[in-house]
Amino acid sequence: MNEVPHLSLHVPEPAVRPGGQPDFSTVKIAKAGAVPRPAVDVAPEDIRDLAYSIIRVLNRDGEAVGPWAGLLSDEELLTGLRNMMKLRAFDARMLMAQRQGKTSFYMQHLGEEAVSSAFRKALNKGDMNFPTYRQAGLLIADDYPMVEMMNQIYSNEADPLRGRQLPIMYSSKEHGFFTISGNLATQYVQAVGWAMASAIKNDTKIAAAWIGDGSTAESDFHSALVFASTYKAPVILNIVNNQWAISTFQGIARGGSGTFAARGLGFGIPALRVDGNDYLAVYAVAKWAADRARQNLGPTLIEYVTYRVGAHSTSDDPSAYRPKTESEAWPLGDPVLRLKKHLIVRGVWSEERHVQAEAEILDEVIQAQKQAESHGTLHAGGKPSVRDLFEGVYADMPAHIRRQRQKAGF
Amino acid sequence: MARMTMIEAVRSAMDVSMGRDDNVVVFGEDVGYFGGVFRATQGLQAKYGKTRCFDAPINESGILGTAIGMAAYGLKPCVEIQFADYMYPAYDQITQEAARIRYRSNGDFTCPIVVRMPTGGGIFGGQTHSQSPEALFTHVCGLKVIVPSNPYDAKGLLIAAIEDPDPVMFLEPKRLYNGPFDGHHEKPVTPWSKHDLGEVPEGHYTIPIGKAEIRRPGDAVTVVAYGTMVHVALAAAEETGIDAEVIDLRSLLPLDLDTIVQSVKKTGRCVVVHEATLTSGFGGEVVSLVQEHCFYHLEAPMVRVTGWDTPYPHAQEWDYFPGPARVGRALKEVMEG
Repeated sequence: MNEVPHLSLHVPEPAVRPGGQPDFSTVKIAKAGAVPRPAVDVAPEDIRDLAYSIIRVLNRDGEAVGPWAGLLSDEELLTGLRNMMKLRAFDARMLMAQRQGKTSFYMQHLGEEAVSSAFRKALNKGDMNFPTYRQAGLLIADDYPMVEMMNQIYSNEADPLRGRQLPIMYSSKEHGFFTISGNLATQYVQAVGWAMASAIKNDTKIAAAWIGDGSTAESDFHSALVFASTYKAPVILNIVNNQWAISTFQGIARGGSGTFAARGLGFGIPALRVDGNDYLAVYAVAKWAADRARQNLGPTLIEYVTYRVGAHSTSDDPSAYRPKTESEAWPLGDPVLRLKKHLIVRGVWSEERHVQAEAEILDEVIQAQKQAESHGTLHAGGKPSVRDLFEGVYADMPAHIRRQRQKAGF
Repeated sequence: MARMTMIEAVRSAMDVSMGRDDNVVVFGEDVGYFGGVFRATQGLQAKYGKTRCFDAPINESGILGTAIGMAAYGLKPCVEIQFADYMYPAYDQITQEAARIRYRSNGDFTCPIVVRMPTGGGIFGGQTHSQSPEALFTHVCGLKVIVPSNPYDAKGLLIAAIEDPDPVMFLEPKRLYNGPFDGHHEKPVTPWSKHDLGEVPEGHYTIPIGKAEIRRPGDAVTVVAYGTMVHVALAAAEETGIDAEVIDLRSLLPLDLDTIVQSVKKTGRCVVVHEATLTSGFGGEVVSLVQEHCFYHLEAPMVRVTGWDTPYPHAQEWDYFPGPARVGRALKEVMEG
């Protein structure tokens, strides 16, 4: 009689843990310019390999090469650099403000600035993002006032959300930025619904959905892909793979699937994988997907391969679960430095101008911060009215909430 | 005026709303071509086209999630969850998203959606086609919760719900679709065509959300009920001869507290009836409010008559269902108390 083997459970592990040598040898990186750029009406089954490669434009020498290059002017790239620098400076000041007790919580973008900043350029006014908590570049690149963002972070008397939402959970319909939930993945399928509505109304607007690598494991990610695929919704389905979901490495959510982008293939959704630290590549791929959506060709799934250099949030300590030097070993470099180098190679930028721009941007951020702080911070100065706590649950306040407000003494 | 079943009234409400407002869209599992497993959307796709009434994948979270996105765009989705028992996969979208979008964005975005779902038992549906999950919605601030008991109310309330600026959970007691079922399962049900409340205007009208209706005035005891239990309570009053005042809540959230308080202050006694399970059921909320507002008028302990704290059984359906005999015993108990 044959002996039946005993089973064992497979639990994936990252290549290294704290104390180990960072190792990204498993991250296969295509050469810049090597991945072809198909026509937007390509059949999804003809570009399956794009879900397993990495589209890159900037090479090691800072040159823009290959079929995805050449879409942006000097001026547009300089603005892009400025937006990323502004986001980085904004993050640094707000992180410090949190440490100073001016707010309860903050989440920074360090290392991921190119993703949201470049993506915004591919959208038009009226299009709608359904973001997660790490896409503030969408607001900065659309010139949403930094002081408004800070008012929200401080939950002060000028907070557009009246102190009701966790810091950084912005909302701006005017700037195409759907109210951030703080819940995970729910917004992914909502974006598909928004896009379906635009198609139902024969409109010209498109939607963009955002999710992190870890949250792709949520049911709503799959719900979104089913609906987007079934109704060919004009939506761009973005996955920001920054390698870490708090302390959990991306292999736990990805499982046996080769890449996150490959998740789209079973749904018949074209899936592209892009260097998320390459401003030019992010824009080119986003533009390709936006063109597809606008031509009523349906959804596109994009995986941005990047790295979360900072902690998940101010409540997290990454040294407890990954090597401290891992970010330095990340093979796709720093998005700000890479675009800076490219602009220098193009002959439209210099080290001196960069230093000067850094100073100007820092000053701009500090001015905004001063203005915001004049309206108060979480524990000092002007606060939203306590009455606001009871407002806005419904369009009209029902009797039971009015009774509770009176009982509370407001 | 026309004679309508509750299904026809619900369908007419969607038809009227879709005709008046291009932004009203209807979708859900089997609702498009086929017209829904209970036929509530029959004919709507043919009349309004398949981009305004269509089939959805079997994915309740996706149905709610896309409806929320559509509402953010400016549409007014009226979606069907095939059975209230199937809403659990969508619970996150309902509770943490739909219910809070207005509040968390300070009105920058809103969520005017209606979620229709057949609720309750009495059709031998077993534990996954018989539940009454209304209390899981009344516990969520930001939602409105409606349970109609007849065709006239169903149509007027559904139109009001579709026109409401906030998310509304619309629970349709499926045992009432064809007639005012009073719990006497051994007898054939009276069709709505032979009942006053089966008379329904063909055009547009609304019933305000948050207003209860007294179905039977009485002086002896107040019975607070909604949905199928309204008819059970009426039967119980008839059969016991106890002069009960039967209140049909119609809307659980917001709740018409004034009507309840006024009645209990008059009768001094109160019985609350629902088909849902007892513990943490909506009856607990009603009893608590009556205690708070009518304590010195009460002449007997209040009594709740509900489904038992078990899953909804199959073969023992009529032992689980709070029928007229159980409600009648409760009426006698509070009269003696």
